[in-house]
Amino acid sequence: MSLEQQPIVEIQNVSKHFGSLYAVDDVSLSIYPGEFFSLLGASGCGKTTLLRMLAGFESPSSGRIFIDGEDITDLPPYKRPVNMMFQSYALFPHMNVADNIAFGLKQERMPKAERDARVQEMLHLVQIEKLAKRKPHQLSGGQRQRVALARALAKHPKILLLDEPLGALDKKLREQTQFELVNLQERLGITFIVVTHDQEEAMTMSSRIALLREGRVLQVDAPRRLYEYPNCRYSADFIGTINLLDAEVIKQEDDLVTLKTDAFSQKMQVYHGQPLIEGMDVTVAVRPEKIRVVPQCEAGRPNQIQGVIKEIAYLGDVSIYHVELASGKRVQFTQSNIQALAEQPLNWEDKVCLTWQADACNLLLE
Amino acid sequence: MPLESSLIASNKPTKVNWRASLSKKTLIGIPYLWMAIFFVLPFLFILKISLSEAALMQPPYLPFIREIEDGAVTLVINFSNFMLIFEDALYWQALVNSIEIAAIATLLTLLLGYPMAYAIAKAPAAWRLPLLMLIILPFWTSFLIRVYAWIGILKNNGLLNQTLMAMGVIDQPLEILYTQTAVYIGLVYTYLPFMILPLYATLIRMDDTLLEAAADLGCPPWKQFLTVTLPLSMPGIIAGSMLVFIPVMGEFVIPDLLGGPNTLMIGKLMWTEFFSNKDWPVASALAAVLLLVLIVPFVLWQHFEQRQQRIEEQS
Repeated sequence: MSLEQQPIVEIQNVSKHFGSLYAVDDVSLSIYPGEFFSLLGASGCGKTTLLRMLAGFESPSSGRIFIDGEDITDLPPYKRPVNMMFQSYALFPHMNVADNIAFGLKQERMPKAERDARVQEMLHLVQIEKLAKRKPHQLSGGQRQRVALARALAKHPKILLLDEPLGALDKKLREQTQFELVNLQERLGITFIVVTHDQEEAMTMSSRIALLREGRVLQVDAPRRLYEYPNCRYSADFIGTINLLDAEVIKQEDDLVTLKTDAFSQKMQVYHGQPLIEGMDVTVAVRPEKIRVVPQCEAGRPNQIQGVIKEIAYLGDVSIYHVELASGKRVQFTQSNIQALAEQPLNWEDKVCLTWQADACNLLLE
Repeated sequence: MPLESSLIASNKPTKVNWRASLSKKTLIGIPYLWMAIFFVLPFLFILKISLSEAALMQPPYLPFIREIEDGAVTLVINFSNFMLIFEDALYWQALVNSIEIAAIATLLTLLLGYPMAYAIAKAPAAWRLPLLMLIILPFWTSFLIRVYAWIGILKNNGLLNQTLMAMGVIDQPLEILYTQTAVYIGLVYTYLPFMILPLYATLIRMDDTLLEAAADLGCPPWKQFLTVTLPLSMPGIIAGSMLVFIPVMGEFVIPDLLGGPNTLMIGKLMWTEFFSNKDWPVASALAAVLLLVLIVPFVLWQHFEQRQQRIEEQS
C-alpha cells in the first residue's frame, strides 16, 4: 500500500446522529485499494453505523462518502458498487445455496450460462460445491458463513463490507477462518472493510485498523504500529494488555524525556518526538512482555521499579505476574516459559526489580 | 437385601415412565377427542341422513333398517340424493357459483388486505396494536346488524347513493343492493380481518435484514417485494385465503340479505332444502359434497403450515 495511490473509499467529515445521540461524529478516513481495513471498537462506538453508511442503509447527517472518486452519499444501496456480508448472514431462507449466490447476478441480468459458471466459481472458492442444492436451514453455522461470503463476492465487487464476519462462529473455527479470509482477500485483491469488536481478530487480519470510540476515530494505523505506538490511553488499553503509569515531565533533551512518578522513587526515561512542557502530567505505557526481571535494582538507573509478586497465572506459553509496588499500584509483566521447569522460578511474595528500555515504552498525552 | 433394593430401584423409573407416557398420550389425545366429538361424529350423522330417504315424518327421513314382515329386516342405503346432486344442473351451478364467488371474494380480500397488513407490520411499534384493534373492532358488533347496516348504505335511496347524488357524481341512483356487487362488498367487508391477521403475523416475523441483503445485491425496492417479501409471506397468504375461502363457500346470510334472487350459492340452497323443502337427505348430501370440496384446500393449507414451521426451525 502506498499513500500516493488514490483512495478507493474516502469518508469526509461524516457524522450521523439519531436524535441528540451522535453515533458517528465527524469521521474522516481514506481506504486504499487492496487494503484489509478494520473498523475496531467496543459496542456502540459507531463502527456498524459507519459500515451501514458505506453500504447505503443509513445516510449521513452530514459529510460525504466517495468511492473511486465518485460521490455516492445519496446513492441507494442497490446502485452502489459495494457488497456486504451481514452479521446474521441474512441468507434467503426460501432459496437454496446456488440461488442465494446467483441472486445478485440475476439483478444485473447476467446471462444464465455465465451466471451458472460464476456460481460454480464461488462455490469452489469457499469450498462448498457439495452444498449447492441445500437450503440455508440445512447448513451449519460455518457453512452459512461461507454461503454468505460467496454471495457477497459473486458480483466481484470492488469493496466488500463485512459486519462481524466471524462473530457467530466458535473459537476454533473463528481462528481457522481468519486466515482463510486473509488468503481470499489477497488472492482476489478486493478491498475488505471489516467491522469487529475483537481486537485479536482485527490484529490478525487487517492491514490497517481504525480504532473508534464514541463515534470518533482515535487512531488509524497498521496493527503493529497500533500495538507499539498507541496514541492515547484508550487505544493503548484497548489493544492487548498494558501498564499505564502516571508521571510528570521533568526535562526533555532532544527526544529523551525524563519523568518522575509518585508510584515509585526511580526516574523514568522515554523517547518522545513532540516537544513537551516541564511539569506536564503524562502517562507512560509499558507492555507486560517488554518488562525484564532483575534480582536487584541499581541505584541511579532509570526505568526500574521494585515490588512484590502477588499473583501468578500460568498460561502454558507464557506466565503473567502481578507485582505490587510500594504505593499499592499493581504492574503486570509476562515471561515466556522457555524451560519446562525453571531452576529458580519466580514465586509468590518474591521481591523483584522490574526494568525496561527507554525505547520499549510510550509516552501518552491523553 | 441387595436384590430387594435393586428391584425397588428398577421399579421406580418404570412407574414414572408409565405415568409420563400416559400423560403424554392424554395430551396428544385431547385434540383427537375434540375432532372426534365435534367433527367426525356430526359428519357421520350428516352422512347417515344423506344416505336415507326423505319422508313426511319426524325426523323427516326413513331409518336405514326397516322391518318388512315379521322378524325380517332390511338395510336400505339410498344413494339417490347424491345422484340427484350430480344430475341436477341446479346443484352443480350452485357449487360452481359458490366456488367462483368464494374465489373472487378471496382474491379481493387478499388484494385489499395485503397492503393493510403490510402497512400495519411496517408501522412504528406503538401504532401496531391500535391499528390491529381497528381491524378487529367491527367484531364487537353483531354480524347480522352489520349486514343490515350495509343494506341501509347500499339501497337505492341509501347513504351511498344520496351522497354521490348530492355531490353530483351521478344523477340516477346506482343499483347495487340485491346484485352480485353487493354480495362481494358484504363478503369482503366481513372477511377482511381473517385475511389481514394471518398476513400480519407472517409479515411481522420477517427479518428486515433480508431486504437489506437484497438491496445490497442490486435489487430495487419493488423487486425486493416480489423476490423476498412475497414468497416469504406465502404461508400467510395461504392461511388467510383458506380462512376466507372456506367460510365464504358455505356463506348463507350475506347472499341471502344482500344478493338478488339469481345469486345462487350452495349455502342458500342448503337452507332451502333443509327448511323450505324439508328434504333433509338432499341437504345433508349437499353438505357432504361441500365438505369434500373444502377438505382438499384444507389439506393443502396444512402442508404449507408445516413448511413454514420447517423454515422457522432454522431460526
